[in-house]
Amino acid sequence: MAIESALGESVVLTRTDKVLGWARKYSLFLYPFVTACCGMEYMATAASHYDIDRFGAGLPRFSPRQADVLFVVGTISHKQAPILKRVWEQMCEPKWVVAFGGCTCSGGPYDNYATVQGIDTIVPVDVYIPGCPPRPETVLDGIMKLQEKIQNQKQEL
Amino acid sequence: MEKTATLARELNIREMTLHMGPSHPAMHGTIRMFLELDGETVVSSDVEIGYLHRGFEKTCENRTYHQAIIYTDRLNYVSPLINNFGYAMAVEKLFGVDVPERCKYIRVIMSEICRITDHLTNVGASAMELGAITAFLYMIKAREMLWKLIEEVAGGRGVTPSYVRIGGVKDDLPEGFQGRTLEAFKVTREVLQEIHGLLTKNRIFVDRTKGVGAITADEAMSYGFTGPCLRSTGVAYDVRKAQPYMVYDKMNFEVPVGTNGDNYDRYLVRMEEIQQSMRICEQALFSMPPGPIKIDDPRITFPSKKDVYGKMESLINHFKLFMNGHGIMPPKGEVYQAVEGANGELGFYVISDGSGRPYRLRCRPPCFMIMSGVSRLVNGGMVADIVPTFGSVNMIGGECDR
Amino acid sequence: MEESLTLKKLRERFPASIIDTHSFRGDDTAVVKRVDVVDICRFLKESPDLSYNFLMDLTAVDYLQMNNPPKTERFEVVYHLYSIKYNHRVRIKAPLTEADPTIDSLTPLWAVANWLERECWDMFGIRFDGHPDLKRILLYEQFEGHPLRKDYPLTGRQPLIGPKN
Repeated sequence: MAIESALGESVVLTRTDKVLGWARKYSLFLYPFVTACCGMEYMATAASHYDIDRFGAGLPRFSPRQADVLFVVGTISHKQAPILKRVWEQMCEPKWVVAFGGCTCSGGPYDNYATVQGIDTIVPVDVYIPGCPPRPETVLDGIMKLQEKIQNQKQEL
Repeated sequence: MEKTATLARELNIREMTLHMGPSHPAMHGTIRMFLELDGETVVSSDVEIGYLHRGFEKTCENRTYHQAIIYTDRLNYVSPLINNFGYAMAVEKLFGVDVPERCKYIRVIMSEICRITDHLTNVGASAMELGAITAFLYMIKAREMLWKLIEEVAGGRGVTPSYVRIGGVKDDLPEGFQGRTLEAFKVTREVLQEIHGLLTKNRIFVDRTKGVGAITADEAMSYGFTGPCLRSTGVAYDVRKAQPYMVYDKMNFEVPVGTNGDNYDRYLVRMEEIQQSMRICEQALFSMPPGPIKIDDPRITFPSKKDVYGKMESLINHFKLFMNGHGIMPPKGEVYQAVEGANGELGFYVISDGSGRPYRLRCRPPCFMIMSGVSRLVNGGMVADIVPTFGSVNMIGGECDR
Repeated sequence: MEESLTLKKLRERFPASIIDTHSFRGDDTAVVKRVDVVDICRFLKESPDLSYNFLMDLTAVDYLQMNNPPKTERFEVVYHLYSIKYNHRVRIKAPLTEADPTIDSLTPLWAVANWLERECWDMFGIRFDGHPDLKRILLYEQFEGHPLRKDYPLTGRQPLIGPKN
């Protein structure tokens, strides 16, 4: 405390974890793995009306090697599952996964032969955004939850 | 010729096989394309679909007629209400009943609003894939206004409203709907004007789309194309005109057609269809009669929520319609009902065995037929042209793979 | 009710192969023998006063659990044809037995039959003779069985990776 008051506002003291978390949470590069209906709401969230850019998550990267957050948007069928797994494996650490919509959380209304019953059976999920499809407000809330999680976690260098 | 062959041998030129997709930035809706390339020219291609197969038909066969409505939403999720209405009309046809006049008008208005959102999304997204992200943002702005209208009416945003009920619709239009619709159309018209300015004569856009992905009328019919993709070849087939359902026969509208069947014509046809849809909506809004919005038949339609909570008979009726072994039970038979979806003829083929569940529910997805012709559209073209061609046929995964 | 022109013509031209016709709710339907399906479709397509130029839909039905009334043949392949010129539709149905679910392919007549027949094979296991490349389309090669058959369970998951449920 004493040091801080002596230095005034010229220097900010913090922990490495905190500053890295702060930097990481406001520069999310999404990989939108868009398969189905939820993609329409993802579009709506990304466009000017709801403006995902306010959260530093405006720029989608379509190469998994350049992305931090895997947004799994829409139903994952058993045919699609190996592809999802492969995309996830190609992403560099640190990486996060967001399950966008009911189908990715639990299979949603599709309890049948074709659909994966929740993507957490294939890849680890950090944030679940429920809804069929979730409203843009819910999506933004999910992103804020993810940011909180990133801020509070131990930062790997 | 011989020289080229020698050169090719010396340089070790050979055809290259390339996999495009299934997770590709421009593939909204996942497909995989196997391409045989000679340089940048596509020699042959094979399209693989099915990455979004969710077992629509099997699931519906295990649900009641009412429960199947939510699955129809998720077929073509950009214009869900058209699927809703198509399915409900098929079941009503099984019953042999006709919905009230006002309900038909409401269905027409909501279908057309959905068609507009579908075309806006498609044109916006395919323009974005060519680099015109401004067009996309503008169109999403207009779509957001229209989705707000759908939300007012149906309760859900534009993707999954589930507004229809067998024998009617969920609720009447809210107060002041007419005024707000006209306002939204004003914005949509402004947006279309802007898009016309941005794209229609834009050198880059025209160069990338004109003459690309062209198909003749005969071939298109052989591939079963319907909707804007068929009309862009010059065949004026539109279910709304050919076999008018609901109240389309009372509406004054035109069916825009193209000539070349290429990407540019598909774009123009869609842009004009948005205008025509707004025209239909406005006519319907002004000529809509008052009256009931669903059939008054306790075997088919649900009692209103107010009655369920307030009247014993309605409560019993409600229970009976929702209980296993009761429910909506159309007579035995089979029907095929076609409506004009945003991508073409959307058909529902329903077989009833007299029980509360459809014995067989088949959806004729317009996208599936169009996708079967995509290979033909891209062969002989450049690799870079695949993306605009694929964008302009408007493949919707939920409908194509079901 | 008077029989429509299409059904009348079909009866005249193929008296031996028409099993039954009906027009429930205005949908003209002809149940035909499977061996003649291609001939009938060619006739419908090429006959100038019918000219059914669209194969709108091709699907199948599994009548295994139909008991109202029960059917003798398990499968039925259903074709929906449409004519732009005369604006009429017809439905052609061809019953197939469980022991030999095979029918001739329509690929020489319509290009779209290629994919539709593949889908039919994928979902019902109905073989189409003369099809150039009959393989699965919506599901994956490793999948066993045909999901739209009534004896396939709704939740018969066959995951490529991950657990079954």
